[in-house]
Amino acid sequence: MHSSITIVGASLAGVRAAEALRTEGFKGNIKLLGDEPHIAYDRPPLSKSFLEGEMASEKLSLLTTEKINELKLEIRTDSKVSNLDIETQTLEVKGEVEEFDALIIATGARARKLPDTEKINGIHTLRSLDDSIKIRDSFKAGNPKVVVVGGGFIGCEVAATASTLGIEVTVVESQDVPLSHVLGEEAGKVISELHIDNGVQLKCGVEVQEIKGEDKVEGVLLEDGTLLEADLVVVGIGAVPNTEWLENSGLTIENGVCCDQTCLAAPNIVAAGDVARWEHQGYGKSIRLEHWDNAAEQGKHAALRLLQTEAEALPYAPIPWFWSDQFDRKIQLAGISDPEDDFEVIVDSPGEGRYTAIYGNEGRLKAVLGINRPRHVMQFKSLMENKASWKEALEFARGIG
Amino acid sequence: MRVVVDFDLCESNAICMQIAPDIFEVRDDDFLYVLDETPSEDRRSNLEESVQRCPKQAISIEE
Repeated sequence: MHSSITIVGASLAGVRAAEALRTEGFKGNIKLLGDEPHIAYDRPPLSKSFLEGEMASEKLSLLTTEKINELKLEIRTDSKVSNLDIETQTLEVKGEVEEFDALIIATGARARKLPDTEKINGIHTLRSLDDSIKIRDSFKAGNPKVVVVGGGFIGCEVAATASTLGIEVTVVESQDVPLSHVLGEEAGKVISELHIDNGVQLKCGVEVQEIKGEDKVEGVLLEDGTLLEADLVVVGIGAVPNTEWLENSGLTIENGVCCDQTCLAAPNIVAAGDVARWEHQGYGKSIRLEHWDNAAEQGKHAALRLLQTEAEALPYAPIPWFWSDQFDRKIQLAGISDPEDDFEVIVDSPGEGRYTAIYGNEGRLKAVLGINRPRHVMQFKSLMENKASWKEALEFARGIG
Repeated sequence: MRVVVDFDLCESNAICMQIAPDIFEVRDDDFLYVLDETPSEDRRSNLEESVQRCPKQAISIEE
């Protein structure tokens, strides 16, 4: 049995890992190291309710002082880990070398930035509490013109929040239809129309050429020559797993920390959350997810893996699931959708803002998309867990459509 | 044990319904209904999973 487990990354996956260790009866020392000044907090509201300005930052906390004491956690904020050596089982934390018996890597991902824009004020990505506070403050200051670069889920959420606050906002998206690389064109259009109906300007099928402004952002020049005036630019062009500190570690890094089916990256080392790429038994390939539910569940699974023998270890093979709140719509996707999949709309009720569609290929149900249809999403998610065929899914759909 | 839902927090994500359909149901009106407020002890592990996986942390267990 290990006497000390170190968790690098104090966000959702790391916190859930720590909780799981104690629930499972682990009595040793647990160190939880985070590189931010804040103690672990919940991120989904940062682009939604928190950004709208209704919520105090304390409400986001994932760990109360009481909980930290109860779990007997040694928590260190502002503690960036710069190196790992898997042979000697040591970490370098702010220049000091520390040993560990077992390690949970949960360093997450960071928002991808537009190149060469660091010196221009008013350009933000949205990942941390501090990012959200800066954007929120800018929303409140006067009547800013906002340009969102990237029409993915984060970009769409920021645009929806800005628009709800009465702020003029334009989304620039390089694809012809936002989200179509995930949801396909037809479903992507349903979400585009939601934004257009609510006053968001969409500029699609065009790339950003240049950000205008010396010290402070003044506009966004697009490749088609359009110049969008902007006081604030929010960039939502994806995330990059935080693996640089592992480059010399001896672990395999390929767009994430590569793990086996059970989340094990090396003996006594597991990874979880946005940073982890693992062999998903159900999909027969390695995947990496950036979802709230996955960070929570994988954190738990990976932690327990450290307490198990190889024979006891179970594969981690969930049906992925996430949600996105935009305007008064709850958009949920379960499974993994592909624009090339078979696609069937089950419910399309624009008046009620309700929509359900399913995705399938090779005769299997692969994903379900629901807009204000959480019940359907969960029903189809259960079907996926039972490895339902496309035919069975369509039969079930006839009963609920 | 008793299931307590904070309906001010609940956003009807419905993950609880998938984990414990005998206890939670999100109906066609999009609201969550607690079908069994005092489930038997053998339902504890599913109930605890529902508590943990609720994105709004809206569910708790009173002993």
